[in-house]
Amino acid sequence: MKQLYAWGAVATIVTASTAGDVLLSRAMKQVGDVGELRRRLGLPAVVGRVLRNPNFLLGVSAMAIAFYAMLFGLSWADVSLVIPASTSLTFVTNAMAAKIFLHERVDHRRWVAALLVAGGVILLAL
Amino acid sequence: MTLRKYLVLAGVSIFAVTGDSLVSAGMKRIGSISLRHLPDIILAVFHPEVTLGILFLLAFFACYMTALSWADLTYVLPATSVSFILLTLVAKFVLHEAVSLTRWLGVLLISIGVGVVTQGPALTHRPRHTESSDCLTASTARMEP
Repeated sequence: MKQLYAWGAVATIVTASTAGDVLLSRAMKQVGDVGELRRRLGLPAVVGRVLRNPNFLLGVSAMAIAFYAMLFGLSWADVSLVIPASTSLTFVTNAMAAKIFLHERVDHRRWVAALLVAGGVILLAL
Repeated sequence: MTLRKYLVLAGVSIFAVTGDSLVSAGMKRIGSISLRHLPDIILAVFHPEVTLGILFLLAFFACYMTALSWADLTYVLPATSVSFILLTLVAKFVLHEAVSLTRWLGVLLISIGVGVVTQGPALTHRPRHTESSDCLTASTARMEP
């Protein structure tokens, strides 16, 4: 039964962290290059601009769900199952989500990189 | 890509490894948490190792958000998977754990993946709705690798 719970936690982590990554990426593209903004406006203004972005708040909420799902997952199964399984799947789902929702140009190079890293993470867990 | 940007990507990797390791160690000490005792998962964040892990994860988050402000998500994620390589090297040379041939093969695949993605441009899509025109100009300049 714990194994079933663990895979349920993995599915929740993958879904929530993919949604979180996409929302945070969209938020930061709307805010602009943090380094340049900090030099021009100062750190408090940049932090305020980030915190007022609705996509940032939604992204953080999704990440919080992923984090608590990870805590549950780690209490039910080994870190060697939960972290590599969720991370490797997230690389693939993020590539799909970035293409669909962020309109990133996910060319062969990026697909190969995502699949190599996902495969590598699985091998690390074996 | 400037040295500062590579340092931000390195920060993402190093802080993530440290934070995940500390949270994992803390959760192992706390033990299994039942769904019938949900408040226990809230209280878990006050365990010293989990708290320290969360502080490192906050530093990871700051670096990650900074990287996402000037690079694509599909660039940042594979580029920062150096953390898995670091974790294996720490396991082998600091903790003196036995690292199997399969795990070294995993490290090799990740290394190739990182090499492949970092050869390409960091940003491929110019966002339409930035909050300042200066940022838009800057993002155009960042299209080059």
